[in-house]
Amino acid sequence: MHELALAEAVVAAALETAKKNGLTKVTRIEVRVGELQQIEPEAFRFAISEMTEAVIDVQADPARFLCRRCGLDYGLADTPGPGDHDASEAIHFIPELAHAFLRCPACESPDFTVTGGRGVTLGAIEGD
Amino acid sequence: MTDGVDPRRAIIPRRLSGVKRVIAVTGGKGGIGKSVVSSMLALVAARSGKRVGLLDLDLTSPTDHVILGLGDQFPTEEFGLEPPKVGGVHFMSVQYFLRERAAPLRGQEVTDALVEILAVTNWGELDLLVVDMPPGLGDATLDAVALLPRAEFLVVANGSAIVLETVRRMLRLLIELRSPLVGVVENMERGAPGAVPELARVSGVAFLGSLPADETLEGAFGAPDRLVATPFARALARIAVPSADAGELLSGQ
Repeated sequence: MHELALAEAVVAAALETAKKNGLTKVTRIEVRVGELQQIEPEAFRFAISEMTEAVIDVQADPARFLCRRCGLDYGLADTPGPGDHDASEAIHFIPELAHAFLRCPACESPDFTVTGGRGVTLGAIEGD
Repeated sequence: MTDGVDPRRAIIPRRLSGVKRVIAVTGGKGGIGKSVVSSMLALVAARSGKRVGLLDLDLTSPTDHVILGLGDQFPTEEFGLEPPKVGGVHFMSVQYFLRERAAPLRGQEVTDALVEILAVTNWGELDLLVVDMPPGLGDATLDAVALLPRAEFLVVANGSAIVLETVRRMLRLLIELRSPLVGVVENMERGAPGAVPELARVSGVAFLGSLPADETLEGAFGAPDRLVATPFARALARIAVPSADAGELLSGQ
């Protein structure tokens, strides 16, 4: 499953960051999950916890878009959504493919910037 | 401590750890034949018995699927995405998701999409991964060079003055980036004879040979069995044999 691949990336990045900062053990990992990528936070937390003993804190990050044509600032709920299952899956794997499926609710432009809630980001980590 | 790190980059080397060799096919100019050379190289190498992958990194205008003849194959989800075999080649492209749609992408989005694909694609064990590079010398090319530090570059050119002008810049860029160069191939011989070998020579890069303008190729697109029987495929099998000590690209050559 795709979430496992991203979970592995989170753990690898957390360990790399810890090492760079002189930590030998990671005790807490904060992860932000963008709404656009449609990853279920609890399932993702579980996937990461299978790979590390650190405490995992997953926070949902709402998706925001800025239309490059009319300037509208909008959220995912302001659009009809990606449409069918295939579209959701495409965005799930590669969030940038939102440009193929989502349109500005005011002017229907596919030229928008994702200003928040794109995908998985590593937040603060703690360790000793 | 350290907020906002992109976790995906850390995992890319691991996703490619089972790949023995990465050849990135570039040229700088659109229409020069990067996709044809990439796809044909992958097909010919796969027919020679190697385990071969092909990654189409032209995210806004992918075309390798047309050459390979993509049917209803789709990546399987098994700890990331496993590319299905198309024409005997493990093939990854955004085409699986895009179909006929247009996905306009700006700079940072190109970067993000490249990182995402490289972070989630599970190539497994491969003898060779051919990467069809994005056109131009912009964000997409620079990102691909940075994200694929093991890539060796195969540069496609022809003798047209317009192409030579761009390929010269591409070679200079790759040399300045200290990217390993496998060599230059001439595709669809045209323009001044000897111009491409001369460009390779003055650039200090190996000239690997010429590929013919093969009129049978277009009609064979989508049919791997016919593609590998074309004069183009035979010429490619003869020349795409870099002398790099990493080993030959195509067995039996």
